[in-house]
Amino acid sequence: MKNSLKVLRAERNWSQSDLADKLQVSRQSVNAIETGRYDPSLPLAFRIARLFELPVEAIFSDEA
Amino acid sequence: MQCDPPPGPAIRAYTRRLFISMTIYAAVLIAVIKLFQQPHPPTGLVAILLATFPAFPIIGVFWAIARLIVETTDEYQRLLFVKQILIATALTLSIATVWGFLENFGQVPHAEAFYVSILWFAMLGVGAPVARWRA
Repeated sequence: MKNSLKVLRAERNWSQSDLADKLQVSRQSVNAIETGRYDPSLPLAFRIARLFELPVEAIFSDEA
Repeated sequence: MQCDPPPGPAIRAYTRRLFISMTIYAAVLIAVIKLFQQPHPPTGLVAILLATFPAFPIIGVFWAIARLIVETTDEYQRLLFVKQILIATALTLSIATVWGFLENFGQVPHAEAFYVSILWFAMLGVGAPVARWRA
């Protein structure tokens, strides 16, 4: 799955560590999600969406 | 805000449980060896029960690993732990199976079954970098 996490994070001037702290996950997890090596669970995807105040589908896309 | 790892509450609890289990293991093993070295070693049901005692702290380590998976709140880290355990299990069972046939055809000496547990712990060490490679 593709996602716009890196862009959204950059817009807010957050480092991977900043985002990790806000989501209460490890920086390694943020990195894995950003680079598309790991698709988060629905609960984590919703937490991410809530943090950025966007709908889940505005952040994650299943189109290649 | 603290998240795991590094070193997270789940990892800290695991390290504590591992240390406690290994301390109990050393104490129990030494005690049981001494009992069986006495001029009149235990026999019958007592001997059977005593002989199983050193196994329980080792089973405690399996339990500590299970708790580590349950208590790790970071889902990606949890996935990496599960991958690591699956790699260790696959390697251990493969080596044990090969060893069993080698032993069966008289090519290697007999190895007690508990060496499978020790091998599994060693393979967890091998599985750690493999599971996290490019993670």
